[in-house]
Amino acid sequence: MNSRLMWVGYSTIVRKEITRILRIWGQTIVPPAITMSLYFIIFGELIGRRIGEMGGFTYMQYIVPGLVIMSVITNSYGNMVSSFFGAKFGKHIEELLISPLPNWIILSGYVTGALARGLMVGIVVMCVSLFFTRIEVQHPFIMLSVLLMTAIVFALAGMVNAIFAQKFDDIAIIPTFILAPLTYLGGVFYSIALLPEFWQKVSSFNPILYMVNGFRYGMLGVSDVSLSQSYGVILIAGLILFFTCLHLLNKGTGMRS
Amino acid sequence: MYALEVNDLKKTYKNGVVALRGISLKVDEGDFFALLGPNGAGKSTLIGIISSLVRASSGETRVFGTSVQEDRSKAVSFIGLVPQELNFNQFERPLEIVVNQAGYYGIARDVALQRAEKYLKQLQLWDKAHDISRNLSGGMKRRLMIARAMVNEPRLLILDEPTAGVDIEIRRSMWGFVKEINDSGTTVILTTHYLEEAESLCRNIAIIDHGEIIKNTDMKSLLATLDVETFVLDLRESVDHCPRVEGMEIVVRDDKTLEASLPKKKSLNNLFAELENQGIHVLSMRNKSNRLEELFIRLVEKGQQRPELVP
Repeated sequence: MNSRLMWVGYSTIVRKEITRILRIWGQTIVPPAITMSLYFIIFGELIGRRIGEMGGFTYMQYIVPGLVIMSVITNSYGNMVSSFFGAKFGKHIEELLISPLPNWIILSGYVTGALARGLMVGIVVMCVSLFFTRIEVQHPFIMLSVLLMTAIVFALAGMVNAIFAQKFDDIAIIPTFILAPLTYLGGVFYSIALLPEFWQKVSSFNPILYMVNGFRYGMLGVSDVSLSQSYGVILIAGLILFFTCLHLLNKGTGMRS
Repeated sequence: MYALEVNDLKKTYKNGVVALRGISLKVDEGDFFALLGPNGAGKSTLIGIISSLVRASSGETRVFGTSVQEDRSKAVSFIGLVPQELNFNQFERPLEIVVNQAGYYGIARDVALQRAEKYLKQLQLWDKAHDISRNLSGGMKRRLMIARAMVNEPRLLILDEPTAGVDIEIRRSMWGFVKEINDSGTTVILTTHYLEEAESLCRNIAIIDHGEIIKNTDMKSLLATLDVETFVLDLRESVDHCPRVEGMEIVVRDDKTLEASLPKKKSLNNLFAELENQGIHVLSMRNKSNRLEELFIRLVEKGQQRPELVP
């Protein structure tokens, strides 16, 4: 299959995914906007005023990057897992499996779809934050690159979950019992400098910590970890997950008998 | 070059079920080929392997000379598949479904839109092109899958029970459409449980049972092997005894209906003359069952009498 045909295949998957996201906007775009508004009101406004400053910023300003990246993580993962597992469950994944498209194009198409939802939700949450505070972005390129790379990592993680999932329960377990705790403990609402040394060490094993702080550095210019550590962790996680997904797709795990 | 060449294909699933036990098959380019067999015989597994949805345990499958196992991408680009089960997103619209499928084959969107319109119109679905697919009737959903399979204008169209659960009128229009496709040069492989469908459409046939091909020949030769045919005769008056005609087997189904089984070499005129002599007047006559159906049942029954094959 030549590159022009592959491009048509890739753009078809992306178009289909974006159409799906926009068709069910009430499930994909609106809920994170409402949830994050509540976080801003409760944690930022009501509790944040009593907390005072953190890292040289108001508490509201401090949690904005964390909440944005948290929405991106949840939505890119959720988009991939629901869309790909839905296609498997409804058997319409066979439309792609019988086509000449190579697996890496199928993977790239779905990842781009998940990335698009992560970006859309990230932008919506940033817009919501403007109702509560003003932030002068310090390093726009770093902010954008960390956001995109994080969305890709969690889209790939969602793909692994979707490949192994056999029933709807299987796509709810990881987000509830692994993703949510890691996100909340990844420094979304606090600086790990506030934790005792032992818990700081424990937190350093949480990959989401590096994503939250990398994004916070891009936005506010402050971080609990170095930028190179952030990029390194995201890049390694992305590469491992990409090749894992590709291997599973090539093997046909959960799809080709 | 063959449209399809299958060599010693074997498939054993992870749970130990042996679906194919070394199938070899050739389908000529332009053929209309029937692949028949009882449920669980291995037809869908074979189609799955040809379309790359199922991995063969061993053996080779070539589509227009290209090995599915070695160059999957090229081999499947020749194929259009209408599967047995509905496998499109029921929340999408028929136009989206067909156009997207074209995209997966690398067909540019403007061409895909034209082709989608063409095939949806030919299959009388154009007025439903923007409806949610879930709301289509069963027959419409089947036709949508044919339109989707045609959008890449395949050289080999595989239809896995495309008319299951479809009423006779729609079924006939679907036959007409597929016949036209075949006449224009597309090779068609059809699996169906409607044997009159296979008999009237297909030129060559393979019958699979227990994962093996038990018959692979042309339709005419196969039908020629049918040595006895059974007819149902509707009578003008009731009969109170079973008439006897030499060389034929006659049974009374009810007082105004007889069933007569006679060898092919025997003339029907003999039967009518003998019955007339015995004062029995035949009003009308029909075949008890379709000819292919009789052969199919015999072949499969013969297969069931064989000792059980152990995986």
